[in-house]
Parts: sequence; C-alpha cells; structure tokens
Amino acid sequence: MNAPTPRLALSGITKRFPGCLANDAVDLEVLPGETHALLGENGAGKSTLVKIIYGVLAADQGEIVWEGQPVTIRDPNAARKLGIGMVFQHFSLFEALTVLENIALGMPGERDMTALAARVKSVAGTYGLPIGLDRYVHDLSVGERQRIEILRCLLQDPKLLIMDEPTSVLTPQEVEKLFETLKRLAAEGCSILYISHKLDEIRALCQRATILRGGKVVTVCDPRTETASSLAGMMIGSELARPTPRDQRDAGAVRLEVEDLDLVSPEPFGIDLKNVSFSLRGGEILGIAGVAGNGQIELQEALSGEVPVEPAGAITIDGQPAGTLGPAARRKLGLAFLPEERLGHGAVPGMSLTDNALLSGYGPKRLLAPGGVIREDRTRAFAEEVIERFDVRTPGVEAEARALSGGNLQKFIIGREIEQRPTVLIAAQPTWGVDAGAAARIHQALFDLADAGAAVLVISQDLDELLAISDRLVVLHLGQLSEPLKTADVTAEQIGLLMGGAGTPAGADLGSETAVQ
Amino acid sequence: MIRLVPRSEPSAAWTYLAPVFAVALTVAAGFVLFALMGYDPVETLYHFFVSPLSSRYGVAELVVKATPLVLIGVGLSIGFRAGVWNIGAEGQLTLGAIFGGGLAIWLHDSESILLLPAMVVFGALGGALWAAIPALLKTRFNVNEILTSLMLTYVATLLLSALVHGPWRDPEGFNFPESRLFPDAGTMPILLDGTRLHLGALLAVVAVGVAWFILSKTLLGFQVKVVGAAPRAARFAGFSQARMVWFSMLLGGGLAGIAGLSEVAGPIGQLVPEISPGYGFTAIIVAFLGRLHPLGVLFAGLLMALSYLGGENAQIAVGLPTAVTGVFQGLLLFFVLAADLLVRYRIAFGSSPEAKAA
Amino acid sequence: MSLDPVILALITIVGAATPLLLAALGEAVVEKSGVLNLGVEGMMLVGAVAAFATAVGTGSSTLALLAAALAGAAMALLFGFLTLTLLTSQVASGLALTIFGIGLSALIGSPYVGTPLERLARLKVPGLSDLPVVGPLLFSHDVLVYFGLAMVPVIAWFLNRSRAGLVLRAVGDNHEAAHAIGYPVIRIRYMAVLFGGMMAGLGGAYLSLAYTPMWIEQMTAGRGWIALALVVFAAWRPVGILIGAYLFGGVTILQLHAQGGAMIDIASQYLSMLPYIATIVVLTLMSSGAARRRLQAPACLGRPFHPTA
Repeated sequence: MNAPTPRLALSGITKRFPGCLANDAVDLEVLPGETHALLGENGAGKSTLVKIIYGVLAADQGEIVWEGQPVTIRDPNAARKLGIGMVFQHFSLFEALTVLENIALGMPGERDMTALAARVKSVAGTYGLPIGLDRYVHDLSVGERQRIEILRCLLQDPKLLIMDEPTSVLTPQEVEKLFETLKRLAAEGCSILYISHKLDEIRALCQRATILRGGKVVTVCDPRTETASSLAGMMIGSELARPTPRDQRDAGAVRLEVEDLDLVSPEPFGIDLKNVSFSLRGGEILGIAGVAGNGQIELQEALSGEVPVEPAGAITIDGQPAGTLGPAARRKLGLAFLPEERLGHGAVPGMSLTDNALLSGYGPKRLLAPGGVIREDRTRAFAEEVIERFDVRTPGVEAEARALSGGNLQKFIIGREIEQRPTVLIAAQPTWGVDAGAAARIHQALFDLADAGAAVLVISQDLDELLAISDRLVVLHLGQLSEPLKTADVTAEQIGLLMGGAGTPAGADLGSETAVQ
Repeated sequence: MIRLVPRSEPSAAWTYLAPVFAVALTVAAGFVLFALMGYDPVETLYHFFVSPLSSRYGVAELVVKATPLVLIGVGLSIGFRAGVWNIGAEGQLTLGAIFGGGLAIWLHDSESILLLPAMVVFGALGGALWAAIPALLKTRFNVNEILTSLMLTYVATLLLSALVHGPWRDPEGFNFPESRLFPDAGTMPILLDGTRLHLGALLAVVAVGVAWFILSKTLLGFQVKVVGAAPRAARFAGFSQARMVWFSMLLGGGLAGIAGLSEVAGPIGQLVPEISPGYGFTAIIVAFLGRLHPLGVLFAGLLMALSYLGGENAQIAVGLPTAVTGVFQGLLLFFVLAADLLVRYRIAFGSSPEAKAA
Repeated sequence: MSLDPVILALITIVGAATPLLLAALGEAVVEKSGVLNLGVEGMMLVGAVAAFATAVGTGSSTLALLAAALAGAAMALLFGFLTLTLLTSQVASGLALTIFGIGLSALIGSPYVGTPLERLARLKVPGLSDLPVVGPLLFSHDVLVYFGLAMVPVIAWFLNRSRAGLVLRAVGDNHEAAHAIGYPVIRIRYMAVLFGGMMAGLGGAYLSLAYTPMWIEQMTAGRGWIALALVVFAAWRPVGILIGAYLFGGVTILQLHAQGGAMIDIASQYLSMLPYIATIVVLTLMSSGAARRRLQAPACLGRPFHPTA
C-alpha cells in the first residue's frame, strides 16, 4: 500500500503453546522511520509476537521478511546482527556493576573502555539520554535503568527498536523524556515497534497501530484519528461478556475496610501503594482490575499480612484493626488468601496435598490437638474434602503438590481457602490457567461464599472474569485505585481508559486530555 | 558430556538407595585407597568394618561412640531442614561438658541421685547458651551463622583448656591438666556390665524418638520443614523464620551440650582438654547420611561410629594410620551429597536433545 | 646482630598475616564469581602437607610451592565438580571439603610428624637487606610474603580494570543475565574456584614451610575460616583483605607476645581466643543493616546455576 519497502513484514505468524494459541496467523508491517504500535490486552499475544521477531521464540508457521528479504531469526544475536534491538519490560542488568560496565558486557568485541565511554556519551547526548556512566545500577531509578537498555540498543545502530511496555513503570516525567528520545530516533529513520495498552501514549506517539485480541489481528488503524475510547473498544472487544446477574442481596456489614494504605515497596522493580482506600461488605464481590505490575503484588502482600503495614487501622477486618498483624493472626480474624503464585507460595512443591492442606488450614479447620500435635485424620479428611468438592484430579492426598497440573493445583489451593469458610477472601487470579469447566466451578464457589455472607475481593488481569463475577470494579494503576464502578453500568471504554491511568491522579494528565475529546 | 535432567518427581527408590549407594562407593574407594597404600584391601576392610563387631565389647563400644554422634546429628538435622547451618556443634558440645562437668566438680562431695539429672540439664543449658550467640547474631544482625558458630568452637576449646589448666585442675592431680574425677553420683551408670555402654545411649534413643515426633507429628516440626523447603510459602502460612532459627539453634545446641556432658560423665569421667575427636563435625556427616531424618540419623550414627572403631582396630591389626578414618568420613560425605542428586535428577550423557532453548 | 623486639614483633606480624592474605585473596575471587567455597581450611591443610612432603622429599622449595598450589587446586576441582557440575549444595560441599581435607592431610602427613625442615629461604637483597630497621622489616622476607603482597594490586586490577574480571563479576552478580549474553558461567566459575584452591594451597604452604617449618595435624587452626570472614570484612576488596590480614596478624602476635612477655596476668588461652572473638565482632559490625547493602556481596553467592532448568 505504501511505496517504500517495509523494514519488517510478518505474514501468517502462528505460535502455539500447550493449551493455548498465542499467535494465530498474525500479519504485521513496519515501515522505515515509522513508530508502530502493537496494542492489546494482557494475553492478547503481543509479547509472544515480539519474542518471535527478536529470535527468543521460534514461530510454528509464518514468514518474516526483513527489508525485502525472507529471513530466519534463530536467536537474539541474529536479530541484533540484522539491526533489531529490543528493550524488555524487565531489564537484565547487573546491579553491582556500573552503567558503563553493563553496557560493555553487552558488547563482547569492545575492549577499550575509554573509547566506549566516549561513544556512549555521544549517543547519550544525541538522543537526550543523560546518565552517569560511573554510577552503580543499584542506585538508579527504573527510568535510568531503562536508559541503559536503550543505550545498549542504540550503540548497535538498530534499524528497528522494539519497546515492550516501556512506560509501565515510569513516572510521567520519565515518560515525556522517553517520548522525546523515541521521536528523535524515528526522525532519523529508525523504525519503532511500540508495545503498549496505554491508549493515550499510542495516540501521542504512533503513526499506525496493529491491534491484537486473542492472538489475532483485529485491525490496523491510525491511532491519531481514533479516540482513546474507540481504541479501547477495539482492544477489549465490543461484545463484552456481560455478567450473569446474581440475585441482588442486601449488602451486609462492612467486613474489609482499607483506609489510606501506603506502602513503600522494598523491591527494586516494585510499585509503591499510595492512598489505597476501599471498603467491602459481606455478600459483595469487588474486582480489582489493572495491568500486571501496577502494584497488585504489593497490594496482595499488604492485605494478606505477609508485609504488615502501619498503622494498624489501615486495614480493618470485621471491625478489628489488622494492619500490623501477620498472616496467621489475620486468618484468625476470618481472612483467607489465595496467592497468585501457586508453587512455592500458595503450596510447598515437595510436600503432599495433606501437608499443603495443613499449611493454611491448621487454625480455621482445627487440625491441631493440644500441644500443637497434628490431627492427621482430620487433616487428611480436610484434604480429601477439598479434592472432592473442587474436583481436583490427583492420584491421592499423598501426591506432591508439584506433581499436579497447574489447573488442578489451583483448584486445590482455592478449595483449601474457601473450605475454611472465611469471612473475607482475597483471591488473586483465581482462574489463571484452569479450563473453562473448572473456572465455572471456581466462580460458582466464589458466588456461594459471597451469598453465605463473606466479602470477596478478586484481583485479576482477566477483565472478562471480573466483569462476569464482581458487583463493583476498581482499577489499580501505578499503586493507586480508581473510584469504584458498578459492574452492571460499566463500559469497555471506561475500563480501558482507567487501566491506562485516566482515573487516578498519576494518569490524570493524559486522562483529562482524552476526556475532553 | 554429563548432563543433569530434572526428574518430574523425586525418585522414591533413590530416596532410600542413595545413602546405601554412597556407602558402597565409599567402601569401594577404601578398597582402592588401601591397595594404593600397600595394604591388603580385603583384609584391611575386614578389620575396618567387620572384626570390630565380633565381640560383645565391640558392639558396646560402637554404641558408646554412636551416642554423641546421634545426639548431635539429630539436632543438626532439624536445623539443616530449616536451612539453619549450625556447624559449631563441637563448641556447643564443649560448653555442655563445661557446664555439666562444672556442676560435678563443684558438688564433688555430693551423693544425691539428683546430681546426674542436674548435670544433664546444665549440659543442655550450656550447649544451648553457646548456640544462642549465633542465633542472636543471625536474627538481630543478619550475621552468617556458619562462621560465628565455628569461631565459637575454637573459643570453647580454649575455654575448656583454660579451666582444666587453671581453676578446675585437680588439686591432687600432680599438675596434670585434668579436673578431679566426677563423683559416682555424677557419672553415667553403666548399662551393660563389663562394657562402657552408659546411660547416654538411652538419652540418644530418646532424642531420636522426640525429634521424630516433633518433625512428623507436630506443627512445630511442620514449620521447620516449610521454612526450609519454601520460605515464601512459610510467609504465606505465617510461620516466622526467626523463630525457627532460634528453635533449631537452641535444640541443636542443647543436644550437643548433652552429648558433651554424657562424654565427660560417661567414658571420660572428668574434664580433660580434649573431650571429643571431632564428634561435632562428624555429626554433620551423620545428619546428611541419615537424610536429615531422625531414624536415618540413628543408623548413620552407628555407621560413623564404626568408622572410628574400625580405624582404631585396623591400626592395631595391620598398622593402618588412624587418619584414614577422617579420609573415609570426608569421602562418605562427598558421595552422600553426590548420590542425593539422583533423587532429583537423572544423569544423561551426550549433548542436549533440544537444539535451541525455548 | 640482635634485633629490636618491636621490629621482631612487626616481622612476625607479616608471618601471621601472609597465610590469611593468600587464602582470603583467592576466596575473594571465588566469591566474586558467585561461588561460596567453605572448604578453605581443608584446601590450606592439603596444600600445607603437600608442600611439606615435597620439600622433605625433594629439598626443593620451588617444587614444594608448586605442589601446594596443585594440591589446593585439586581439592578445589573436587569441590567444583560437586557444586558446579553435580549442583550439590555449596555450603554442604564446602564443609565436606574441609572434613575431607583434615583427614587427607593427616593421612599424608602422618609419616612427617616430627620431621625437621629448614625454613623457606628469606630473599636477601644485597645492600638493602643490611640496612638497619628497614632491612629486616622490608627486605628480608621469603618469596610467599612478596607474592602475597604483589597479588593485592594484581587481583585488584584484574577484578576492577580487566575485561575478564568484569565478566567474572557479572557472572557473580547475575548469572542468568550473563548466560543470556553468552558468557560461559560454569567455565568461568570453575576457573575462579581453581584459582582459589591454588591460593589456599599456597597459604597452607606458608604455614608448613615458613611460619612453623614442620607438619602438625590441623596446623591451620581455623585460619581458613578466618580467611572466609576476612573476605566479608574486606567487602570483597583486595586492599581491604590486605588491611584485614595484617590486623588479624597483629592481634595474633599481640596475644603471643602478651603470653610470652607475661605483660598481662591472664591465662594464655583467653588471649588466644582474641582472633576468633575479633572475627565474630567484625562480622557482626559488617553484616548488620545498612552496611550490608554497601558491601555488595555478589548477588548470586552460593546459588547454583543450572542453565536448562
């Protein structure tokens, strides 16, 4: 359709993983000097596609054409030789080394550090990427770390730069700086493949957008002529799975109250929680939506008690201040928690299902005799009950947790928590990786729990799931929560905008701009 | 090229076979070693492993030597399960001997039947106290317990030496660096006439039983296992890692202290500068050879005791240097560690079948 | 010529510091690559006995030093095979190496107990060695003392200035990332471990050839462990190790002189505890809280690396 030869053209790229078709006959074309957006929800297949381009994964079918020539990209080295650079979402940097050393390690041929330093400085100056070369990575902000990764790529004179969710962890100021750099690069003829689900960024930066949903290309459009709302609609799909309405109940008493929860993440890539407040009544299911890496992990740790918070009143469970309590004490108050990670967090991989039933069930299910002696019969009976009620496929209660398939282990863990009859359940990704039948069973169990008067909080990246099961929705973005929305009234556009940051102060700059249009 | 391919689940057979395999490899290595040193390997192996057990006295001696090894090994195995590397058991043993033995020296006129129980309690306290130092430094200041517990071993040995050269020297002992003999009431009763088999052996068996009960039947033991196997799951369950450090250090130290006390109140009968041929270190091997299981530790303790006994026996019979015992013990630990691998991995030869990493 | 007792004391500090310096420098390189080898004590002992036996057998100190380095490296190879190829626990394997080394050195050394040996020759520099004070202090040491001192800047340069050292540190900091770039993590660690073994072996050789030229069972008396602590104390920096080794040497000699000179009326055993207690105190100071972050312990220290897992 255009005169110049595309720098990169993919046709019919298909990639299958066990149980999932990640890319289904995907076509993509990136022109020289173009900034091209790859847009889609989590799980739409964006990451798989760029990993294929960068040689990290091999496609099952399809063709890659580079500057008019069909090519096979065997590994990242081959990609780099062609002139493809990639900045990953999570950087692989050496924390204890300096910026210059990190860059040098990525360039095996480079022996003369002084000459390299001069080159880095000149490239950094040209593209507006100021950074102290002798600083240690562990002292750097996330934005500065990203600059190292970008510099690493730029030093190889790339013709195509792939950016995977580059702004998800940046401050608005850092985002602005990054955009200047990218615009300058594009002006010099470098193509940029920009992966994001942030609509306003894409509208501000990209000339074309390829939109993926469920591994397929939905459409190719010019984002500058679209509104954020129309992009969100294309990304999420107009036919939203509407919730099967649950019988309206009288909302019960407030069971979980979170008020002005602040948490500074101890992790280098962590997100700080800021002013998180919400309240959850008995009988209610509240969904927390949001793109991964916006503080979900931190929120789970704060709510479960794995990371206690000050003051005690920041978290109240059934009227009891619980912020400073640990997990066991919170469980005594009626809290149950389903962590996102199954093996190693929600279950001990090398222990039997009976032992794993004991892990969180010893208190609520009264599995201990006086003196802390384990009542083996009751523990085993509890494990068997969970296995039966939740249809866990396993040779028996003595099977090790790691021997179970992901879906079956998930059923076991969530069953273990629900069977404790908690008054408050925090469930992270409750149906991740389970088949449709099992997901329905888990959803029904959550409904039953709520109908019995418990408060249920579901943290999920699966928007369809949240729309299907929750009464109200909030969106977590950069550690802050949006105002709650009634699920029945919500539109895909609204959610898409909130996930892009339009509903929280951190994203207000971009959001308000779109709201006017 | 040797490659390790992870097994989808641990091999049940190798769980039990690995220690046996390791022992077999050690014996085979011994065969080669003896041959290289110019001894008749078959005859030497016989004197090492078989003839020590051919008499009632020999079997009793085996139990005498296994007693401290099992006592300490049981405590260490619980610590290792929790990921706590207490390798200063030798020092804790020494402090147990000093505390319990000190009581006997102080009350050397006593004929009370309560003296010995009090000495055992003091011994346990002494060992636990010594282990509390690394536990405190680990939980408060994040100091590596390996180095601190080990350094304290040298301090303990010097402390014992200072005491028996100085204030606790026997006033009628011709200036030998030895304490007075413990009174009868402060000596471990002999269980089998004509041998040195003493009450400490029963204490070791009790320790095995109690440790087995704690580990397999109580929440406390469950916490130990979870903290060691999956720290994040332990946090999820609300189990405190610091509490497990304290528990396993105090327990390990206490049992090592009892081991030290039962040596000085048993076969030795007084305080001397050298009270252990490295039982505290050998018990590390015992713990691993017993697969960190109390019953396994019992068998492993007996086997390691045989290596001491066999070393002495082979020296008398064929003139083998006693240092061979140490080589044997080190080799055995190597083989145990390497064989343990077969539980979780299988060995494959040749290059990787996957041409390209996904 | 009689020497001033102060100068004599200073010279003996050099002697007490050298084995610590050698072993700790080697271990620092090993740990920088991300491997924790707790078998330093065992490698030193085997190095000590190998050096002694070779010196007695051949009369050549050059061959003795070579034997010590090779013996230490052989022990290290054993450790490397277990931990790097068979992926056993580094902590447990290091302990095993020490236990094995104690036994093996005792076995090899048993015929040599009580055998006399002439001390490793002190190198005389014509003219300089005869100078008062400076001569005995600086110009009358044996080759290992100078070698240890020379290794300080060499290792510092290697770690901080050379390309190979950069790769070594990268492997110790983030082995997955280093592997992803294409560096051979396991091979690099093997080389570091072997180097550490050679240095520990030489450290042991200093004890049996120079410090107390004879063979005594377990003559290292915990110096291997103190060397491990020194590496932490020095925050993995060669110059820090130099300072630490001479400080510990000073403590050792101080307590020896206090005992000998009866300057303090206290049992010698209590003074002998000083180096060990000092080690614990130093470790505590260096390990707690904020200091720990500054130290930059290699992030992968003690973690096994299995590329296909």
